[in-house]
Amino acid sequence: MESGENQRPWRVKPELPFVLFLIVVLIAYVGMLVLMVGANVLTVSWEDIGNVLRDADIQRSIKLTIVTCTATAIFSVLVAVPLAYLLSRYQFRGRAFIDTILDIPILLPPLIVGLSLLILFNRVSPSTCCWMMAGGLCLAACVGCIWRVKGSGRSMIPRALLFIGGVFAVAAVLIRGSGSLEEVTSGLGLPMTFHPLGIVLAQFPVAAAFAVRTMRTTFDQISPRYEEVAMTLGCHRGQAFTRVVLPLAGKGMVAAGTMAWARSLGEFGPVLIFAGATRGRTEVLATSVFLEINIGNLPGAAAISLLMILLAVAILMLVRFFVGRGGAI
Amino acid sequence: MLEVKDLTVRVGGFKLSDFSLSIDEGECVALMGPSGCGKTTLMEAVCGLRSGGVLSGRIFLGGVDITNLPPGARMIGLVPQDIALFPTLTVREQLEFGPKLHRWDRDEMRDRVEGLASDLGLEQLMERLPKGLSGGEARRVALGRALALRPRLLCLDEALTGLDEARHDEVLQVIREMIEREGVTALHVTHSRREADAIADRVVVMG
Repeated sequence: MESGENQRPWRVKPELPFVLFLIVVLIAYVGMLVLMVGANVLTVSWEDIGNVLRDADIQRSIKLTIVTCTATAIFSVLVAVPLAYLLSRYQFRGRAFIDTILDIPILLPPLIVGLSLLILFNRVSPSTCCWMMAGGLCLAACVGCIWRVKGSGRSMIPRALLFIGGVFAVAAVLIRGSGSLEEVTSGLGLPMTFHPLGIVLAQFPVAAAFAVRTMRTTFDQISPRYEEVAMTLGCHRGQAFTRVVLPLAGKGMVAAGTMAWARSLGEFGPVLIFAGATRGRTEVLATSVFLEINIGNLPGAAAISLLMILLAVAILMLVRFFVGRGGAI
Repeated sequence: MLEVKDLTVRVGGFKLSDFSLSIDEGECVALMGPSGCGKTTLMEAVCGLRSGGVLSGRIFLGGVDITNLPPGARMIGLVPQDIALFPTLTVREQLEFGPKLHRWDRDEMRDRVEGLASDLGLEQLMERLPKGLSGGEARRVALGRALALRPRLLCLDEALTGLDEARHDEVLQVIREMIEREGVTALHVTHSRREADAIADRVVVMG
């Protein structure tokens, strides 16, 4: 007790510079963010905000932003759930490689995502796409990239890859023709390039990558023991997933969806390149800012920015609410 | 009843080699051994949870080779170390989980679940979620869930770990009574000699 009292002043004093350092870093970073938002606020008057909200083009832009972000978030979660479950629960060769590929949309410059989509849809034919898929899948199967899945048949995955690769090869032979992917989708009534549908496609790669990350963390937090017990009670793996894991992953799915929604809200480069920035047609809030700056309306651009900041903060608070209360469960 | 013949299982970097074990019908065997000797691996292999890791050997249950059967077809009840009650299901839903999957008749399922609830003293807890249960109650629910399908073998993997002494003895007593009442063959993994002597007809030491 006595020695504890003697040590007390020494416990506090050496910590002080370190704590001060932490506080300085906190103030520097948070201060920068607050200043950025503050600068926007100072540039904008109530009149500017009123003008922006009354503008028919901006109203359409807000509606299109909400619709496309919601669609992208839904598609992202639909893709993220099975993909993240696969990566979380199965051990197979090439998993690290697939993990890296899934991060590529996050790391790539956004313009390149848009440019790649533009080239894919306008310079590559469907049969070439099918041949590329068939080649990639057969290569993965033959090289034994994914060789053995724990808890499953040893040759199940390579066989499945070969089968799907074969389906793509047959499709490539059947499709033939020299038209681009865009011509085919347009023929089916689903034009993509410089069309509102293209906005969803442009937002999707990055949003889905974030959703996969979120869902992966969620599934990693759920003990595989639940599925094992469910399997001893008569579930097959699919039933264990739907009856036991999915109900536990509900909040994670909401978090993944809101994360994908927030990412889609800020997506600009791919949308600009692939869907364009046609006023009143393919204009979302991010492109609205760009268009307002282009016509020299800085207060208008700042007002739209403020609107986006408010939306982003609301979404982030939702994520914090769900993830902060246990995330997975 | 259960016969494990020259079983070799690999899980990650761990390998259980050429292990054999025989348990008679209605017998309760306690499996003891130092940490890392492969008790849980053996139990998981018997339950069919590590079938991809079985390198050689066979597992027979009631004379039937179950080595390659999926876990759900083995009719083995498992109470894992971490209990693993499904967090979103009430006690009633936990007990009904297996019978519902096996499409039991509604009346038969109700009788079975109410019988188990009565035997395990769970009547007042049926609508509670796992987060509202004490350690001893959670173990009784896990035992009921494992027994609901009337399994041929009951596997208990250090199911009493983490309980204080009073709860430990109470749950141990419940397990012993249920094994006798159900007439089920049991394999009980434990570190405690006292627990093994109290519950088992025979003690097998691994490693």
